[in-house]
Amino acid sequence: MKKTETTSALADVCAVTRRHFFKTGGLSLGALALQSLLGREAGASPQSGNPLAPKAPMLTPKAKRVIYLHMAGSPSQLELFEHKPELAKLHLKDCPPSFLEGKRFAFIKGTPKILAGQFKFKQHGQSGQWVSELLPHFANVADKTCVIRTVQTDQFNHAPAQLFVHTGSPRLGNPSLGAWVTYGLGSVNENLPGFVVLLSGGKTPDGGKSLWGSGFLPSVYQGVQCRTEGDPVLYLGNPAGLDRDMRRRTLDALKQMNQAEYEHSGDSETLTRIAQYELAYRMQVSVPEVMDISKEPKHILDLYGAKPGFVSPAESADDPRILYKGDDPTFANNCLLARRLIENGVRFVQLYDWGWDHHGSSPGESIDETLPIKCQQIDRAVSGLLLDLEQRGLLDDTLVVWGGEFGRTPMMQNNVRTELRKGYVGRDHHTSAYTMWLAGGGIKRGLAYGQTDEFGYYPVEHPVSIRDLQATIQHLLGLDPYRFSYAYQGLNNRLIGPTDEGKILNGILA
Amino acid sequence: MKRHTAFCKRWSKLLLLVLAGLAPFSATVRSAAEPVRFGRDVLPILSANCFACHGPDEKNRKVGLRLDVEADAKAKRRSGVVIAPGEPQKSLLLARITSTDPDAVMPPPSAHKQLSPEQIEIIRRWIAEGASWGRHWSFEPVVRPALPAGQNAIDALVKTALAQKGLALRPTAAPHILARRLWLDLVGLPPTPEIADKFAADPSPAAYERMVDELLAKPQFGEHWARMWLDLARYADTKGYEKDLGRTIWPFRDWVVNALNADMPLDQFTTEQLAGDLLPKPADEKLAEQRLIATAFHRNTMTNDEGGTDNEEFRVAAVKDRVDTTVQVWMGLTMGCAKCHSHKYDPISHAEYYGFYALFNQTEDADLYTDVPVLELLTPKEQDERKYWQEHLQKLNRKLTELEDVASKASESGARQWRTLVAAEVLAKDGATLTAQTDGSVAASGKAPPEDTYVVTLTLPAGTHTALRLEALPEKLSSGQFGVGRNGGTSNFVLSELTAELVEAAGARPVTLTNARADFAQDKKPVAAAIDGDEKTGWSVNPRTHEAHTALFDFAAPLRLTAEAKLRVTLSQQAGDTMTLRRFRLATSDISSALLQPPTISPELRALHDELAAAYTAQAKFNDSLVRLPVMRELAADKQRVTKIHRRGSFLDLGDAVTPGVPAAFGALPAGAPLNRLGVAQWLVNRDNPLTPRVWANRIWARLFGVGIVETEEDFGALGSAPTNPALLDYLAAEYRDNGWSLKKLIRTIVLSDAYRQASEVTASVREADPRNLWQARGARFRLSAEAIRDQALAVSGLLSAKMGGPPVMPPQPAGLWRSTYNGKSWIDAEGEDRFRRGLYTYLKRTTPYPTMTTFDGGSGEVGQIRRIRTNTPLQALVTLNDPVYLEAAAGLARRMLLATTTADARAAQGLRLALIRPVRPGETAPLLALWKDAQQSFAAAPEKAEALLKTSRAQIPDGVSRNEFAAWIVTANTILNLDEFLTRN
Repeated sequence: MKKTETTSALADVCAVTRRHFFKTGGLSLGALALQSLLGREAGASPQSGNPLAPKAPMLTPKAKRVIYLHMAGSPSQLELFEHKPELAKLHLKDCPPSFLEGKRFAFIKGTPKILAGQFKFKQHGQSGQWVSELLPHFANVADKTCVIRTVQTDQFNHAPAQLFVHTGSPRLGNPSLGAWVTYGLGSVNENLPGFVVLLSGGKTPDGGKSLWGSGFLPSVYQGVQCRTEGDPVLYLGNPAGLDRDMRRRTLDALKQMNQAEYEHSGDSETLTRIAQYELAYRMQVSVPEVMDISKEPKHILDLYGAKPGFVSPAESADDPRILYKGDDPTFANNCLLARRLIENGVRFVQLYDWGWDHHGSSPGESIDETLPIKCQQIDRAVSGLLLDLEQRGLLDDTLVVWGGEFGRTPMMQNNVRTELRKGYVGRDHHTSAYTMWLAGGGIKRGLAYGQTDEFGYYPVEHPVSIRDLQATIQHLLGLDPYRFSYAYQGLNNRLIGPTDEGKILNGILA
Repeated sequence: MKRHTAFCKRWSKLLLLVLAGLAPFSATVRSAAEPVRFGRDVLPILSANCFACHGPDEKNRKVGLRLDVEADAKAKRRSGVVIAPGEPQKSLLLARITSTDPDAVMPPPSAHKQLSPEQIEIIRRWIAEGASWGRHWSFEPVVRPALPAGQNAIDALVKTALAQKGLALRPTAAPHILARRLWLDLVGLPPTPEIADKFAADPSPAAYERMVDELLAKPQFGEHWARMWLDLARYADTKGYEKDLGRTIWPFRDWVVNALNADMPLDQFTTEQLAGDLLPKPADEKLAEQRLIATAFHRNTMTNDEGGTDNEEFRVAAVKDRVDTTVQVWMGLTMGCAKCHSHKYDPISHAEYYGFYALFNQTEDADLYTDVPVLELLTPKEQDERKYWQEHLQKLNRKLTELEDVASKASESGARQWRTLVAAEVLAKDGATLTAQTDGSVAASGKAPPEDTYVVTLTLPAGTHTALRLEALPEKLSSGQFGVGRNGGTSNFVLSELTAELVEAAGARPVTLTNARADFAQDKKPVAAAIDGDEKTGWSVNPRTHEAHTALFDFAAPLRLTAEAKLRVTLSQQAGDTMTLRRFRLATSDISSALLQPPTISPELRALHDELAAAYTAQAKFNDSLVRLPVMRELAADKQRVTKIHRRGSFLDLGDAVTPGVPAAFGALPAGAPLNRLGVAQWLVNRDNPLTPRVWANRIWARLFGVGIVETEEDFGALGSAPTNPALLDYLAAEYRDNGWSLKKLIRTIVLSDAYRQASEVTASVREADPRNLWQARGARFRLSAEAIRDQALAVSGLLSAKMGGPPVMPPQPAGLWRSTYNGKSWIDAEGEDRFRRGLYTYLKRTTPYPTMTTFDGGSGEVGQIRRIRTNTPLQALVTLNDPVYLEAAAGLARRMLLATTTADARAAQGLRLALIRPVRPGETAPLLALWKDAQQSFAAAPEKAEALLKTSRAQIPDGVSRNEFAAWIVTANTILNLDEFLTRN
């Protein structure tokens, strides 16, 4: 078979995934599909059969890639970012009934007591951001971030709330933000997955793998969990005894035979398969290479607090919470990995750190004892990440997002005991206002956005919905949140849902 | 007109490119000669671009104009006529969609929608041709097309469509290929080369037909086709969400396999699953049980066991899931949108959604941890065992009553030493409700907080009081067993501290207690700990938590009262875990405390208590081992719910009550159908319902051809793709409905067609005219499903287990994948037969599905997966190259290659034959032989690598074969199992 024929066959019969991709924008045919199509017509390389090939965004992007740090369980904004002296005045007094009327809580029953902020606050940097003593390193980089104090959600259980943040629906079955972004923009390095997930804290986040699933998008867009133990990507390593050289030779034989099969069948899907096997072979080197943080110089490791090769006992414990140690570098290692992945062209890196659900009802989940440990685990790592991205010139077009799935109540969780007990100070889930922060590509620096009332209960200025956040993140990446859609089951589905209530947060854009 | 043609040409090049394969225009690139058809051509444009503001959704309707209603669209309005039949130039619609004025153009710029010139032209032509109206194609009745006599109907219809493209059917595939195709399609497994050889020796139509019938009769048919149904049924072995705990639902999977094997007609298949519990109960117990098992279909919804969830919220979510899944699976429509507002594209209003929801909103299940209502499925042996335990416990309890009667008579003399005190006031500080009983005891009920403090104020008569007695009294639990504590597990209690105060007019005065003694105390929990002033220690009675216990405390100084007084006794219970007393009684004595001892229980009675406790434990263990299948059960008539509209889809924001019923656009319930799930089932399979047979026929076609006649299997509504061959779809739909809803007959009809049997090679002309094979210009060629890839590898390597049914199994998966929050269950790699069961039986955990299945586009069972969109990725290559399952298969295949023959060339050829079934082509083994020789040399140089590979692949080396040589054959077999042709059905 002549080469020209091979190419044209590839060009007109693509993988199903790719065909589906042309449907972007539904019947209105968004710029995305057109551009991709015209690109193909202009004589794209055979690699264009790859559904992860980079695609031009719909709008001019401010950010090209994302590192999303999710603290699963939801940290208390009142101990980290929200300085509310009024709470101290009402400490252990009954919560005003107005806070409880018409509200549903996960665990609070009856009339709970107000709980003062448990840690000291100070203003930091030129912007004067309020940051508590639990985040001394963050305090130093606060000027680089935009802290949003008024995020609101309508889900008060972990799994549905996490799903809502990451997939736009509290129920299962929808694509995650990372999948949407990878679908819309592709990925620059075809030897690495476009959407990588890294976990720490010893447990999968409550929403499970659905949080990085592809939902109704083709499965090629689902997040690939890279692990620090065992194969970094499942089945990446050759079987024991079958070395790389031997693998090459099996692939050579395979290629030869598959090529013969293509010549017999004429099905270009066979050519795609040959290409995917070759890509797998390259990934066998590129993934472990990028995952190997031991090559980083000491000052970079120190910047994050990373320790190559460290395996925390908490990562495989039945109840990791009671084993948490402040100097556990698992999350720090993941932050450093995130930078390496981003640097190597990965589009979306999602970190989940579990263990932030501080109710105070059992050991290892208290605000007074566990929260400081968790903060210690992430504080240096997060500030290190921002500094490192900045010194490499990556912060300008990398969006960093930090937050949980909801916040925590100004009231202490009304357990049977009404007095404070060491190791059992806790707060329940709070949906009306909580803190997240963004930094990097297209985000204003040193901004505190939104204000809550004196208890940190409700926003009094600039309430920000999850939909707003999602719309804004997509917008920053050059994806028009209102038009970026995927036709499925009779709807042009969007991350922001069927209504246009999600608004781009112009106030936080640089 | 001329200008227009040029205009069209200019665009046509781009549009052809853009629209080929796009919904809904994939159907036809229309010639100008063919009249425009409303349902196929016009309605999709209007619904996608106009209905959002001028359609069924009354809330968002602009200027009161509806374009989904003919009378409205053609009515004379103040500004003119929107659609004037035959007069495009007078039609406002055309003026507005062609306007260049941003304020006038439709759709408005804010809608982010724009009509293409071709779409505008379709509208113009349609109006010019008279603007004849109609319904969306899929809502029109199914019409059996007129067919030429003497021809296979499918072939006639396919050929007609192909002829329009200048194509004809391709010749029949080579017999070996055809045999493999048929086996993989019908039973999901390859034939043996011998079977294919036999067919190749006589590839007559009669022999082919025989093979079809044999395959349809195989039990593996049900196993293979069940996967399709389980995808739709969102079947999984866990409950979903955060904890994602296991649930026993595999009997439903086995029901599906059996129903398919029995070729249960679709109407019965539908009715039993949606409403098996509402059918008249058959006399046959087994049949009645089967019908209930079928209803587990809609118990595949998720249950959220996360702490602090509102059960009603997730009950409602499950009911909505049932509504959406039902409509999606049977009618190919999405009702979900109407949860929050009237559907913008399809005729389903907000109120109609909840009217339909009301029919599903009457079942007992309520997002409970136990997944009740459940059906216990007992084997005859289990039935016997259950009976044994019931009788055995009855016997023991009778004996207990007798012995206790004797004991209580014996203790009457001792009882005179004590005076039971009347509780004047009882209070539990932390939540329990205390109630004074007529026998002087105090019982706790209601809330069961982890810790509680009971405060009892007693009236002490005048006189001397030397000691205080506390009796912990057992109460009967729901299990039938007795327990003294409120703890749900051991029924234990821990009395952290017992204190007493004398309450006098002047105030309360503590009374010191001393010399604590009890009839029994748990190891390291002595009764003295209850008066040691330390809340962290206490008196406890495990494991003897099923019998009464007595503790005595002396007053350090006997109380000598001249008048009646009050004694306040505080029982502090701070151990947590609801280690609190169920019922207790207090008494004092007036005789010398030195004479007072706690009663001793007879050894005989104590032994009986032990025996009882052991029996109850054994019974509980037995009960836990029983299969409890979640099923549907309708609420009793007096408990039925009133369904109200959920405003914006929120169950907390209820609107008006709705009238239960089905959406009007799809016809009423059949005459006599009840207003419940049974009625819904009858409505779905009613002869007049055009959607069910179309959706199902299309689904079956798609499984056999790789793509549906309607490509969007999940959407037969306004935004879905139009059928590529509407007459063919209607023929299949009519055939399915009229053949008695027999799936096997439908499949038989399809696979006996020449269209199905065509060779799959892609020729230049085919590639040009039907690149995606939407018109069946060639035989279908596509990658196998996740399960088939696994099953096939195990089959050709001789490892596959033929065992059918039963609990799901755990074939090897990488360690450390299961880390669900608050869920201790772990994955344990199966050994023996269960390691090699068909993929259908692999345990499916929703939040952590078996990784290799999802890599090949299998679902997680979280929502119904209507079709699997096939992908082709490097991660798939990594699975079949490196997953130990595939290495074990490679070792199995290598063994079979070696046992069959002796020369290297013949062995390589044997490997190819076993995998690909067809005869080996000349020269085909050369790359494999070269690889094998290479590998052998490498292993000779590094035998430790050969050893490692033999170990991972669990190789069983045939006699007389060297270890290095066998390792090299494993490498060769690993390559064969990754051939594109092997992974593909062609």
